[in-house]
Amino acid sequence: MTALLTSPPPTSGSKGPRELAHLTDEALISLVASSDDGALAELYDRFGRVAYGLALRILRDEALAQDAVQEAFLALWHSADRFLAERAKASTWILTLVHRRSVDLVRREDRRRGEPLERAPEAATTSTAEDEAALGFQRRVVQEALRRLPAEQREALELGYYGGLTQSELAERLGQPLGTIKSRMFAGLTQLRDLLAQAGLEESLPT
Amino acid sequence: MPVDVHSLVAPYALDSLGDEEERGFEQHLATCERCREELAGLREAAASLAYGVAGPEPPTALKERILTQARAERPNVTALPRGRRGRAAPLAAAAALAAAVALGFGVWSATRPATRDSFSAVLAQPGARLVPLDGRGAVAVAPDGTAALAFTVPPAPAGKAYEAWVIQGGTPKPAGLFEGGDRTSVLDIEQPVRRGAVVAVTLERDGGAKRPTQTPLAVSRAVS
Repeated sequence: MTALLTSPPPTSGSKGPRELAHLTDEALISLVASSDDGALAELYDRFGRVAYGLALRILRDEALAQDAVQEAFLALWHSADRFLAERAKASTWILTLVHRRSVDLVRREDRRRGEPLERAPEAATTSTAEDEAALGFQRRVVQEALRRLPAEQREALELGYYGGLTQSELAERLGQPLGTIKSRMFAGLTQLRDLLAQAGLEESLPT
Repeated sequence: MPVDVHSLVAPYALDSLGDEEERGFEQHLATCERCREELAGLREAAASLAYGVAGPEPPTALKERILTQARAERPNVTALPRGRRGRAAPLAAAAALAAAVALGFGVWSATRPATRDSFSAVLAQPGARLVPLDGRGAVAVAPDGTAALAFTVPPAPAGKAYEAWVIQGGTPKPAGLFEGGDRTSVLDIEQPVRRGAVVAVTLERDGGAKRPTQTPLAVSRAVS
């Protein structure tokens, strides 16, 4: 052990997010719970891109999407303690926060959009080819799983999750009983989960 | 109209309930184990939909804005049992007791009451603090930075050892090795533990590593 002490790792003056790179998402949330802003920065580096893409898809407005992501990460900052009591994956919890804020905002702004397949604007990117490839792979797997769902289940998930519609609004728009909408959402999510498990997406998503 | 409240779990996972329905379902969730379990799986599937979107990079300024606001709104770190100068003995004893209760150390404490292990010794110092370590242990920290770890883990596999780390300013420094076992392991932490530091434990090869090579088994709160 003395040997270890004589060859300490190089010390660094400032805490950079990369130095937290060896920690799991869940460990980072523990650090966020103790107000470590470096850990918050690292979680943003891991999830900010996906979070912003999701918020933009729902809100169709860059300023609102930024607000949603900001509110979600501040909710994470203030309630990380609560996560520790849950047994969820950190990625699920963070993306749930982002979705929740985006849906709240879209409803507040009364800017609901139903069209599920309209694409959010693509913009010039500064991320590495490696990040791009990983994100592109995950996107293809999720989109392929969605395509394999029965059309009415896919529609229920897309209008609900990306469109921000409530089940009642969906029932009205599609002219279907509420019970039918609930069943489609349940069947759609269950099948999606199974399809993603088969595709091995679990391992490829940041955890 | 009466509805089968269980059937709201999927719309809830998709954030597709109206405000009133949502409040009603959350009350139900608090009492329904089945729905909570189902929700966990459905939430995960719903969150994976986020990866189905092709979006641009967020503006670079967004990160700095979030961090600036977070720092401005830094919440108070939860107060932990701690002794105070001048009234150290009774409060340190209370802290040790709180640790024993909170961490399930009852047996350990009861069977080793007179042992001056380093953990108890640090905790007995005036002004000592107790920092939980993921529910499986704790770090006792004296005002001068002397610290000791108490941690409960099974024996390390052959060729492996548990290694403690003190992370300050984002840099992990090796702080000692231990083997685990049936009883709580107590370790002198070989680095000063200052305010803001975090203590973590990883499983490394026997003899230890210079930097953590594995994801931590446990990470403490920052020392306040």
